[in-house]
Amino acid sequence: MALKIVKGSIDRMFDKNLQDLVRGIRNHKEDEAKYISTCIDEIKQELKQDNIAVKANAVCKLTYLQMLGYDVSWAAFNIVEVMSSSKFTYKRIGYLAASQCFHESTDVIMLTTNQIRKDLSSPNQYDTGVALTGLSCFVTPDLARDLANDIMTLMSHTKPYIRKKAVLIMYKVFLKYPESLRPAFPRLKEKLEDPDPGVQSAAVNVICELARRNPKNYLSLAPLFFKLMTSSTNNWVLIKIIKLFGALTPLEPRLGKKLIEPLTNLIHSTSAMSLLYECVNTVIAVLISLSSGMPNHSASIQVSFSRHAHTFSLKYLGLLAMSKILKTHPKSVQSHKDLILQCLDDKDESIRLRALDLLYGMVSKKNLMEIVKKLMLHVDKAEGTTYRDELLTKIIDICSQSNYQYITNFEWYISILVELTRLEGTRHGHLIASQMLDVAIRVKAIRAFAVAQMATLLDNAHLLTGNTQRNGICEVLYAAAWICGEFSEHLEEPMVTLEAMLRPKVATLPGHIQAVYVQNAAKLFATVLRGHEGVPADSMVAQETSQLLIDRLPLFVQSSNLEVQERASCILQLVKYIQKLQQKDVEVAEEVTALFAGELNPVAPKAQKKVPVPEGLDLDVWINEPPSGSESEDEGRKSKGKAVFAKEESRHTKPRYTEVDEKELAKRREVRKAEQANNPFYIKASPSSQKVYQDGVGVEHIPVVQIDLSVPLKVPGMPMSDQYVKLEEERRERNKADKKKKKDKKKREKGEKGRRRRGDSGPESEEDITPAHMVDIVTEEMPENALPSDDDDKDPNDPHKSICWAPCVNTAGYGVDQPPLYLSPHPSLSLAPHLQVCDIQGNLQDGSQVVVSVIFENKCDSFIKSMEFNVLDSLNSKLQRPDGAGPHDGLIVPFQLPPGISNEARFIFSVQNIVMPQKLKGTLTFIVKTDDSSTHEKLDFKLHFTCTSYLITTPCYSDAYSKLLESGDLKGCSLKLEGVNQPFHHLLARICFHHHFSVVERIDSCASMYSRSIQGHHMCLLVKTADQTVSIDAKCDEPGLLGNVLDEIKLTFSQC
Amino acid sequence: MQFMLLFSRQGKLRLQKWYVPLSDKEKKKITRELVQTVLARKPKMCSFLEWRDLKVVYKRYASLYFCCAIENQDNELITLEIIHRYVELLDKYFGSVCELDIIFNFEKAYFILDEFLLGGEAQDTSKKNVLKAIEQADLLAEENRPRQFFFSLLS
Repeated sequence: MALKIVKGSIDRMFDKNLQDLVRGIRNHKEDEAKYISTCIDEIKQELKQDNIAVKANAVCKLTYLQMLGYDVSWAAFNIVEVMSSSKFTYKRIGYLAASQCFHESTDVIMLTTNQIRKDLSSPNQYDTGVALTGLSCFVTPDLARDLANDIMTLMSHTKPYIRKKAVLIMYKVFLKYPESLRPAFPRLKEKLEDPDPGVQSAAVNVICELARRNPKNYLSLAPLFFKLMTSSTNNWVLIKIIKLFGALTPLEPRLGKKLIEPLTNLIHSTSAMSLLYECVNTVIAVLISLSSGMPNHSASIQVSFSRHAHTFSLKYLGLLAMSKILKTHPKSVQSHKDLILQCLDDKDESIRLRALDLLYGMVSKKNLMEIVKKLMLHVDKAEGTTYRDELLTKIIDICSQSNYQYITNFEWYISILVELTRLEGTRHGHLIASQMLDVAIRVKAIRAFAVAQMATLLDNAHLLTGNTQRNGICEVLYAAAWICGEFSEHLEEPMVTLEAMLRPKVATLPGHIQAVYVQNAAKLFATVLRGHEGVPADSMVAQETSQLLIDRLPLFVQSSNLEVQERASCILQLVKYIQKLQQKDVEVAEEVTALFAGELNPVAPKAQKKVPVPEGLDLDVWINEPPSGSESEDEGRKSKGKAVFAKEESRHTKPRYTEVDEKELAKRREVRKAEQANNPFYIKASPSSQKVYQDGVGVEHIPVVQIDLSVPLKVPGMPMSDQYVKLEEERRERNKADKKKKKDKKKREKGEKGRRRRGDSGPESEEDITPAHMVDIVTEEMPENALPSDDDDKDPNDPHKSICWAPCVNTAGYGVDQPPLYLSPHPSLSLAPHLQVCDIQGNLQDGSQVVVSVIFENKCDSFIKSMEFNVLDSLNSKLQRPDGAGPHDGLIVPFQLPPGISNEARFIFSVQNIVMPQKLKGTLTFIVKTDDSSTHEKLDFKLHFTCTSYLITTPCYSDAYSKLLESGDLKGCSLKLEGVNQPFHHLLARICFHHHFSVVERIDSCASMYSRSIQGHHMCLLVKTADQTVSIDAKCDEPGLLGNVLDEIKLTFSQC
Repeated sequence: MQFMLLFSRQGKLRLQKWYVPLSDKEKKKITRELVQTVLARKPKMCSFLEWRDLKVVYKRYASLYFCCAIENQDNELITLEIIHRYVELLDKYFGSVCELDIIFNFEKAYFILDEFLLGGEAQDTSKKNVLKAIEQADLLAEENRPRQFFFSLLS
């Protein structure tokens, strides 16, 4: 027997331990899988042994194998066995294995509950610690429920080592078993003030994590955290607290104001970057929620941040933070342009992309050219097509944003676009093409220049199409061909361009581009004819042109693309016919030109919708009664109506409809055509009707200012955008000089000394830069009498929208039980900001003033600005307006609201009589700014001044209180509330909070309370409670006021 | 913190700690993906990357990569500090730690990590406290380890 034990032990001696296993695996690199499978077999043998040391060794090896990716779930039960060993050495290994291998669906976890409970209450703190650590990894909802109480007890353990672990693990327990949060919270809160710093920081950790998920519930802890923040020196704790405040400030703007100062101090004093970064993040959150009046702070943050932004990681974070600031304070980021441009040189792509994002928001008229120039340099240098494509789209985005707002010189822009076409292998040819088209169509003054550039492009088309890999870029030719054709009157040498467009090489382009080529060759042909006819010497040229087309077009007639084929053969026949006429010396130019007459103007995408319904027309009413017996045919209107409703009608009167004879149909058609011709909104399909269009409503009425360009238009060869940068600079200089001259002149006239003039060296302001092409952008056409209102997505008549709109009175935060401000919904107000009065309070300094705090929250997706707050004054209450303002003027709310942001504004009212509550009517007007339009909106509301709002919480000592009651000046009144089943202290807190009272004395279920009105009325309450009945005896020297306050108290309790 | 991974230059996983419950399959997938992404990055790139809806913070110490996944609002820089603190702890414990120490004593590396982080949050910010706890636990383990038969045979 003894021998057997010895033998067993010797065998064990040759068991592999962990180190052997690791070494073995490293030595069997070639057949690792095979080696490990033999090891697993060994481990299985070892696990069958009774010896716990052997088992623990096996489990330890399994944990290692698990990390290498082998399945060890079959050993789960053995792991539990090792966990329950009484020896700490093995227990520790068991728990480690469990924490690595167990997950929620491991079924043996159920078996561990009692073992864990035993370990938690072990006298050895390391047993407990190991159990807590393990539990934190594999806690399931069941375990959390069963063990929550045990862990809660451990939170008050004598050893801080256990306390801090218990506190931390509570967070996991809350996540798995949320019901445990309520009973555990008071104890958790207590731990915030634990003497041990480790426990304290653990508690801060847990509460911050909880608050991040649901900040609303933790607002009340703000003062405590504020104290901790100002007293703690532990950076780890500070970071958590500051993060917590970052989550709280959006809910409570007033907190933000308080935070700014300590945070800025920290920013300037700390040397820890992580803390600095956290502070900056929170300050940004604060700034966003205040969104006004703090530019200095943000500037100081940035200075301190960029000071440190030398290492690559910080650079990235700095850019991240700046992009947050950019949304609300674009000005302060702009000063860091150079730094951001430097980041474009960074090796790390994520930094470069962040920097690009920032640039988008930073451009202005002044720096656009400079920034784009830098970007163009990067385009040349960039490696990898993805990043280069990203650069390309960004350049175009930056330039075209807000309707080309920042472009002062379109020649420059066109040349940038042309330069971009030289990019190799880009996928964004169509993007460049659409920009070229857009600019050429909408910027009239630039057309001549654009056409010249496009002609060069067409001439050099072989450069673009030379490489098959680059076919993404050939989309540009589509735009070039169209622009040259459509605006061919600007071409210097249409012949040359025409020749370029008909080269045989064109046939290798994609079909849709060839089609455009063919069509526009015809347009060019018309231009050439017009240019050369009438002069006898030139008629030869015209005939040569016809011959050129006849020679080259057959190539396209053979195209496999239907569109190309059809257009080519059609035009070929046309040209042949023209050639015949030319040989007879007939002048054809006029007629050929007529084919392409008419000008294309951009039409706003929403134009059709904007056509107002004529007065008296109800679209839902039958214009013709459906089964009408007789119909007078000469009523044009009716017959048109019939055409519109033909479908419906044909259902009813099919047999009769067939009787309509040819003549009648023809007549109707005539009438309809006449009407369409006079209707500017009708979109014609054929070129011939375009002509009618031109005759009918001329395009000339569109206000396009033609400008005498001060820069030469012709640039030989491929354009260089740099030239335009220079030219533009010169132009600006000149403009500035002109202005200065004028100024000087004026000054001299006034007899002032020239020395005093400012601004020569000062920075150019945005306004100083006058665009080279004034009013260049042709606004998109809209019907003249389009409805002025509106965001189009919002139709006031749309019934669905008004259903969506819900008056949103937030019930979070303050004064919620009885929102004093009622929103009266107006159906069209789906974009309204959301208003919430957080506080109406009397002014201590002045007996006749009430301060109203209003929180404005922007609930829509658009930017809201120019808010004006106005209230219709009553005899008794008046909104205090600045001196000089009329009695009906509104007050300007001193901030703007980006989407989702809230901010608070205060308004002061003067009130004469405070005995009665009152309601004031008011309106808030504001401008909703969307990407392409801004609209005026109005929101009506009512402001409810309760009598409570005239009360000021004033402490009172019991002796003064009894003296007051004895004086006999006060008149009494009483109130009974039935069925109030809340604890007495809640009830008192409620009265104190909502009605501005303070407790003077409290004895059991009886309390005396005191408050004072802004005009010095004393108000005393005696509150008693028994059996869910609360009786309030009240005394005041103004019975009217007292009655109203009591009514309001009653209302407060009836609402809960 | 959602999880922490340690892996070598060659992409071999050296340590993994998950603070969110995931199935083995998912863990493997995430590990593979992250190891590839991080190893592909060049030395001068920043230590943070956005990955799925998480942020990944990594740092290379000699041949070992320490890589943590944190949530979006978490502070990247403090995570770097956590990584560094953990490396310091390992260094103190093993005495100028190297990759082999972690390979051969991987359970020790876990014990240290568990003393330092619990449920993904830092337990104690003091290095001394953590090391003290580890030493004492080791002492306790040493006490109740059976004297090996091997020695008793010889004596």
